[in-house]
Amino acid sequence: MTAIAVSPQNAKKSGNKANKLDAAATPAPLDGGQALIKCLENNGVEFIWGLSGGSAIPIFDAIITTKTKIKMVLVRHEQGATHMADGYARATGKPGVVLVTSGPGATNTITGIMTAHMDSVPMIVITGQTISPMIGKDAFQEADVFGLTMPVVKHSYMVKSANDIPRIMKEAFHIATTGRPGPVVIDVPKDLSSGLCTAPLDPEMDLPGYGEPPPIDLHQVQAIAAALSRSTKPLILCGHGALISHASAAVRELAEKLGAPVANTLLGKGGFPEDHPLSLGMLGMHGTAYANKAMAECDLIMSIGSRYDDRITGKTSQFCKNAVRIHIDIDWAEINKMIQVHHYCVGDARAVVEELIKHVARLDTKAWLSHLDGYKKHHPLKYKMQGGLKMQQVLDELNKMLPPDAIVTTDVGQHQMWAAQFIKTIQPDTWISSGGAGTMGFGFPSAIGAQFGKPHAQVWAIVGDGGFQMTLCELATACIHKLPVKILVLNNHYLGMVRQWQELFYESRESGVNLEGNPDFAKLAEAYPGAKGLTLKRPADIRKILKRAMEYKEGPCLINVECIKSENVYPMVPAGRPVEDMILEAPKTKLEKPTGST
Amino acid sequence: MTTSPILSTSNTTTAPVHTLSVYVANNPGVLARIAQCFSRRGFNIESLVVSPAMDGKFSRMTIGASGNPEGLEQIIKQVSKLIDVLRCVDHTGDDAVIKELVMIKVGVSPAERAEVLQIGEHFGCKNLDMTETSMILMFAGKTEKIDMAIRMLKKFRIIELVRTGKIVMSRGEGVS
Repeated sequence: MTAIAVSPQNAKKSGNKANKLDAAATPAPLDGGQALIKCLENNGVEFIWGLSGGSAIPIFDAIITTKTKIKMVLVRHEQGATHMADGYARATGKPGVVLVTSGPGATNTITGIMTAHMDSVPMIVITGQTISPMIGKDAFQEADVFGLTMPVVKHSYMVKSANDIPRIMKEAFHIATTGRPGPVVIDVPKDLSSGLCTAPLDPEMDLPGYGEPPPIDLHQVQAIAAALSRSTKPLILCGHGALISHASAAVRELAEKLGAPVANTLLGKGGFPEDHPLSLGMLGMHGTAYANKAMAECDLIMSIGSRYDDRITGKTSQFCKNAVRIHIDIDWAEINKMIQVHHYCVGDARAVVEELIKHVARLDTKAWLSHLDGYKKHHPLKYKMQGGLKMQQVLDELNKMLPPDAIVTTDVGQHQMWAAQFIKTIQPDTWISSGGAGTMGFGFPSAIGAQFGKPHAQVWAIVGDGGFQMTLCELATACIHKLPVKILVLNNHYLGMVRQWQELFYESRESGVNLEGNPDFAKLAEAYPGAKGLTLKRPADIRKILKRAMEYKEGPCLINVECIKSENVYPMVPAGRPVEDMILEAPKTKLEKPTGST
Repeated sequence: MTTSPILSTSNTTTAPVHTLSVYVANNPGVLARIAQCFSRRGFNIESLVVSPAMDGKFSRMTIGASGNPEGLEQIIKQVSKLIDVLRCVDHTGDDAVIKELVMIKVGVSPAERAEVLQIGEHFGCKNLDMTETSMILMFAGKTEKIDMAIRMLKKFRIIELVRTGKIVMSRGEGVS
């Protein structure tokens, strides 16, 4: 991604020489790139994940000339940089920062930006741009990044003057991290990052369209409390918003006070401890049978920070049609978007739940809880131990061995669903998975970002052979920084989830799913200096190999797990069907093609 | 944008046309962002007028859009969410003042001139240009009046026509 570009370096140099004379009296003036780095420092940024190129050189140069303490992590593909920033943000709550060059460097970040946007992750993506006079003239490595990223960002900026940089940085961080978080893109032309910035580094923001949120409407809270008081079969749905607002203690207090069971979405895992007696685990398309039964039979469902996504609702016209439906969400646009609700409260999940607790009392849920316990006994998650090495068994064993503060990231596919089912998430911010976007390649780099953010935690990336191959070049990044990330490659030599759909709905016609030509992943890992590669083929060896991986601390450790191809994820609610059509095991009759979105 | 520039499609289709006024910060890209909220959901923007508001830091947009009411509610919320948007109001069904303007260039022979001017006078037009063979008439008013004026002039040779699209303001003292 390097480019040779002409920039007015010489003029700048002589200017700096003159200024060195009175450096003792006043600090040397900053150029745009240096101002940008200083602003990142002022926002508490610890890491920048990036890859250089011609248009971004002034900013990369500023990393050295400002002598910043921020650590620049050089990745091997810009997509990896975005997923690292994403994993860091989900693990720590702080925005992840990405720095890339113009043209293809910037376009390589679009997938990662979209991933963060779908899952409301705070991220700042700084892209170099060709010099201002060349914009729109199809310059070398020029791309309309502002236009390309518009639908997948929370907001974006095209810098028009170096003096705007401090205000834009301040606004960008504010926008990315407040309200419903999201990615912000800042496009910086090279002449502006090289040009002088004389503006103060901490100016006023100018955001007339983005103000303080209004206070919580107490009437709405009281209406929700009243609805709860009439319920004997309630279900609390814990979503990502509960984690973003640090509401897990409040959710637990609410659930215990009410005596109400709690199901979580894929991204809500950890918002309520999955080993708690009131927990039903994940619900939805591949949720547990008992969580889905609770959803089908409850008389009240209350979402705390979940947007009632189609993976949860199935056929929206049938979703909880006889139950009182409640929605607590920070984003007003999500209310009544997927399903019509009876009561809602717009606001920060934690603030709303803490207020709600004051207005509720214990409900008469003894019969309901006992009924659900019956479902837990009769329809537990299960798998056969015979007939070859299964992903479910490996994950089940891993779950028993993980410390409660271990961080688990996943890629996308069958392994992701089984990990969601069998890894019981106890603490918040320890489960990192691409939900809304379902981006293959997310698992490994996000684990790298999480490890940077939580250097003392044990971090496991659970990936499939398909997704891992999309971003495995970041093994270099992990090795250079000696990150002890464990990479569990659940390798069935297939794009398993699609193969499952083809088996169930397309009469087993396999098309575009056979991953022939996989490398020996253990050997591949060891081609990177400092990485360890292990192979797991027999169930009897599971604990032994997992333990060896846990003990290796000099760098990343990859385990290639040779799994059987023919397993399918159950339960399954086919897309667009109501939850009552949940399939618990391999169907005996032919199934109709699902009509919902994939 | 509508493909039939002559008549507003509210006369030819049954989809209701909603009128939104949007008050925005005058920053680069704000128009594109708002248009994307519509295009992404397959909604048709019938007309769009944007110009600086009283305070030049801000702009007022008036958007005429057609589509199902449910989808439109979601679009209004998404437009309101945009960082550069201060407010987005749906005036459909309100007792608001809604006007637009059209300039029509008509090819007229001297014999036809009188009739054209008669029609123009009835609809309160201003005569902007007059030559041996053509004249430009400007009409301002409600959309339905503009549509009717155009229909009446169709029997003559309409050389070209441009409409501004609606602008809207709520009645009384309050701000739209």
